[in-house]
Amino acid sequence: MSDVTLTAARTRTRRAARARRRRRIGDRLVLYALAAIAFVILAGPLLWMISSALKTRTEVLASPPSVLPATPQWGNFSDVFEQVPFARYLLNSALVATVVTVVSLLFHSMAAYSLARLRYPGRNVIFVAILSTLMVPFTVIVVPLFIIVDWLGWVDTYWGLIVPMIPHAFGIFLLRQFYLSLPRELEEAAIVDGASLMRVYWSIVLPLSRPILAALGIFFFLANWNNFLWPLIVTQSSDLWVVQLGIQQFTGQRASQYELIMAASTLAALPTLLLFFVLQRRLVEGIKLTGLKG
Amino acid sequence: MAAVPHAGRRMRWWRTRRGQQRLVGYGFLLPDIIGLAVFVALPILGAFYISFHDWSGIGAREWIGLQNYEDLLDDAAFRDALRVTAIYTAVFVPLLFSISLALALLVNQGLKLTGFFRSAYFAPFMVSLVVSSVLWGFMLQNPAGVVNEIIGLVGIDPQPWLGSRRFALASVIVVTLWQGVGYSMIIFLAGLQDIPRVYYEAATIDGAGAWKRFRYITLPLLKPTSLFVGLISFIQALQVFDPMYVLTQGGPAGATTTAVFYIYETAFEFLQLGYASALSIVLFVIILVFSLLQLRVFRTESYE
Repeated sequence: MSDVTLTAARTRTRRAARARRRRRIGDRLVLYALAAIAFVILAGPLLWMISSALKTRTEVLASPPSVLPATPQWGNFSDVFEQVPFARYLLNSALVATVVTVVSLLFHSMAAYSLARLRYPGRNVIFVAILSTLMVPFTVIVVPLFIIVDWLGWVDTYWGLIVPMIPHAFGIFLLRQFYLSLPRELEEAAIVDGASLMRVYWSIVLPLSRPILAALGIFFFLANWNNFLWPLIVTQSSDLWVVQLGIQQFTGQRASQYELIMAASTLAALPTLLLFFVLQRRLVEGIKLTGLKG
Repeated sequence: MAAVPHAGRRMRWWRTRRGQQRLVGYGFLLPDIIGLAVFVALPILGAFYISFHDWSGIGAREWIGLQNYEDLLDDAAFRDALRVTAIYTAVFVPLLFSISLALALLVNQGLKLTGFFRSAYFAPFMVSLVVSSVLWGFMLQNPAGVVNEIIGLVGIDPQPWLGSRRFALASVIVVTLWQGVGYSMIIFLAGLQDIPRVYYEAATIDGAGAWKRFRYITLPLLKPTSLFVGLISFIQALQVFDPMYVLTQGGPAGATTTAVFYIYETAFEFLQLGYASALSIVLFVIILVFSLLQLRVFRTESYE
């Protein structure tokens, strides 16, 4: 090959590379534009909620709307607390979600350890029976569940809010899979050293499952904090209302006071949003792990 | 505890290794088994039993055999509710699927600020469906809501979104999509990141463009993830309730009355617990049949 053709070829490849780079920059710009549009659509409403929570009543439905309030009305938040027992709703939600989460994690990990490690007659039958309850969607059993809870005398009590939310076949299933993947050596060594099974569970298995329990726990907390249908059915007195119920009622009563409704909504969303920003990685782990019902 | 006095054959059964396994094994299962039996298994059996009765929740139950199921076949309102549920599901599931897959692909391109975008897209999932509904109800106000203001910029007249038979269901779909896409995006993202990079590199060397790489590498390898997202969102769509209750109360004129909303009304507003149980059983069978079908279809396809 002569020098001349070689140089020509080199210029050609260089020109092609430059064109490719330019096209790649173009592609990138399109991607960034799409990402920005998706941002406006998905995060925009949340920002709008916060901004509206800080507006005056005339600003909140003004036309044309203002993006930001002229002066932030922080008083809207205290108004919500003064006009309805919103702190009580928040506390009820926190109590219910926390108790359900903690008790669920304990019970499910016990059941999962038993199913994964211990030997007794009927274990596989029991496991299949537990799995089969996965086929039953919650909304389908809500009417008879209410009847059972009523029969137990738990309607309009914390018991009724909490206890029926604990059983959860998928949690048991996931933890069982996790325990099956753990090496047995540590547990066996402890048993050889004379530790009881309870002791092995409490001092070895539970500490080893801390990451998966954290991931699962965040998810249980979220699902219970955001739950609406069951609290709606099982509670009557406003003392027991959880925050989702409180919001819905508040919205019904203050049809036109949107700055207060948005302030209340912000308050209801804040705990889970904070949970998300603080524990983001764990939460994402939890989702990949579980894919639980939302 | 005292030392074991009688070692060997006189040891009591619960002290033996086997006895311990059984004792702790059953003991550890007990709390969850009782919970599942009382709060999941019993209700499903109870639903069958109650569905053969006429019962308002208070007072006597009257055995009426299959009467509820016969009524249900003639119930135009239930048929409408099933139709609304079917339309909702048929629109919601494909949209959720494609939007969340597109978002997952978008945040998997190595753009700058990827972490920021991913968090922002996921954030609505942290907000409950109740708050989402309240927020969108505010944004969809007629005429002064922000959505009408925005479409006004391009010269479209304000629409009575939630108050119109035409747009009410579409509005509810938008709300649930907005709230739900982030979750499926994360699941798709996990699936995408499991696909080995070398496949893409090899395909690029062979001259495959972006579309071909997506069509022949990404989509086939995402099949298990797709099945999961499809099934979960399908089951979820058939049970949608919160936005109907908060935003539209099933209206206007039944346009957003889904099956679960209808069951709720029947049980807790019209106090027909027997009839509501029969409706629940029918919904259960429908969900079960469709999920099994979906699993079957996916399984046979993946054996090809």
